[in-house]
Amino acid sequence: MANNSFAFDGGVRVKKNSGWRLFFQTVIARAYPRLIGQQREKSWMFFDIFLPMLGVSAYVFVYRALNAPEDYIGFVVVGGAMTAFWMNVLWSMSSQLYWEKEQGNLALYIMSPNSMMAVLLGMALGGMVATTLRALVIMLLGTFLFHVQYAVVSFWQLLAVFLLAMTALYGMGMMAASFYLLLSREAWHISSLATEPVFLVSGFYFPIKSFSFWVAAAASIIPLTFGLDAMRQLVFPSGASLGFLSVPVEIGGLVVLCIVFLVGARYLLAYMERLAIREGRLTESRR
Amino acid sequence: MNFAIQTEKLGRIYKIRGSKKSEPRQLIALENVDLQIQRGELFGLLGPNGAGKTTLIKILTTLLAPTSGKALVAGFDVAAQPQMVRPRINMVSGGESSGYGLLTVRENLWMFSQFYGIPSKVANQRIKQLLEIVGLQDRTNAKSSDLSTGLRQKMNIVRGFMTDPDVLFLDEPTLGLDVGASREVRRFVRGWVDENPERTLLLTTHYMVEADELCDRVAIINQGRVLACDTPAKLKHQLQKEAIFRLEVSPLNGLGIEAFQRLPGVNQVTHSPQDGSALLQFILAEEQVLASVVNTLTAHNIRILNLQKSEPTLEDVFVHLVGQSMEEVERSGQ
Repeated sequence: MANNSFAFDGGVRVKKNSGWRLFFQTVIARAYPRLIGQQREKSWMFFDIFLPMLGVSAYVFVYRALNAPEDYIGFVVVGGAMTAFWMNVLWSMSSQLYWEKEQGNLALYIMSPNSMMAVLLGMALGGMVATTLRALVIMLLGTFLFHVQYAVVSFWQLLAVFLLAMTALYGMGMMAASFYLLLSREAWHISSLATEPVFLVSGFYFPIKSFSFWVAAAASIIPLTFGLDAMRQLVFPSGASLGFLSVPVEIGGLVVLCIVFLVGARYLLAYMERLAIREGRLTESRR
Repeated sequence: MNFAIQTEKLGRIYKIRGSKKSEPRQLIALENVDLQIQRGELFGLLGPNGAGKTTLIKILTTLLAPTSGKALVAGFDVAAQPQMVRPRINMVSGGESSGYGLLTVRENLWMFSQFYGIPSKVANQRIKQLLEIVGLQDRTNAKSSDLSTGLRQKMNIVRGFMTDPDVLFLDEPTLGLDVGASREVRRFVRGWVDENPERTLLLTTHYMVEADELCDRVAIINQGRVLACDTPAKLKHQLQKEAIFRLEVSPLNGLGIEAFQRLPGVNQVTHSPQDGSALLQFILAEEQVLASVVNTLTAHNIRILNLQKSEPTLEDVFVHLVGQSMEEVERSGQ
């Protein structure tokens, strides 16, 4: 039989963690729903694997019909795998705070003593881990179905490019999330609007070198542009011949993007939070 | 004195944007609110929808900045020191759907406990203890999306208690719950405050009975202003000199309540149309005035179906202060 006392921990007040401990506790706690959600909600296999594979297949058949170089097939498969990350950043990072507001979670996040950066970082880590699995499945399926050949030049450079691209991309998502803090339903439209143009300019299905230098340079503000281009140079036999800039330059660019987006997210989030509290937009529809 | 909550001339004005060309309109949500709530008190904010209760709670929980005045919670300024206020408070709202439907009850509660820095082991012990108290122990591993409204609100209450806050805010905690579930929630709330004199609870409600039954003191709020603040007993006592009658009558057939308001000795009258009848409530200066009320009804061929003399309730206090019942205020959209 339960004792009906609300006194906790044998009457001794347990000290709550603060500082970095609280920060990491928050990161892990907020990542948890993303990781566990993947196991419990299996619809991602259809929406995040099967549907993107249809898009990949369409490009593969077009390239085959045109007798394009065989590396192009690999470009499409790698691009298809990486789209999962862009979709995750767009729909589960940037616009997530809008959904959290609608659900009532945002007020609870802000009201608790944790840092919102920790909440966003938890969302990012959880999303990144869950999406990596999806990207890997697309990559393996594509490789198997379309007989893609790889010739990895440097595993460590490849790993560095991937990790930097992910850090910069999710940093960008965190920064965008603070903008979305002030948005209402238009958040959904903005995410829809940003989907296809980024597929195009980031070269998800073709080498970015096909654009003029300045268009490709402008597209490099999206971390996946450099990330994809450098990864393709490192894993396919065509190497640098179809690359936009050299791999070391692109790694340098990704480092800059990481710093800009993470620092930007930190300050923009604090500013937007203050603005939202001042204008009363954290818990209710826009007045 | 060390108050748990203290506000001085607190105000909040919203700017409502119309079309792009027009100037934004101002809505005064709170105006010059002065409150002092002692530690250990269960304090109620009573008022109709739109009175400013939720705005006040949002300011006190650091979610909204005041546009004028000052508010202190646990001794800290909510606008200037939100980081000092937040570890000491928690909030539960009625009808909230916070958390993630895919997570179980235990997982959702654990997640929120982590945002307050409670070590996992301690959090799990507290979750177990509280779920037993509210009778949710058999739903520990159920997905929160599978819970009924009442069970979900119990989970939310556990979320609020779990962090052991110095000040807990409950915004309409029994909204949408059936009678049984409401009664249980009220019992937990009262028990939580009574157990430890250091705990303070501020509750908003538009249910008179809830405020009367639960609260040590009540502030009646309407149109952003606090109209009265005292214990329920003292608020009601102010009306004890007057006589309160509730009459169920046949439909008024166009007779307005002005006809009664004109009668000498009628201090307040409210009218609620019912199905096939009408409910009139009178606050009279003295019992004898009832005779002229009955005469007026008879003169207009209105039959009295039921007549009841009442002890004053908080509803009567509200009518006395505002001039309308809470229902009428909500209906008129003020």
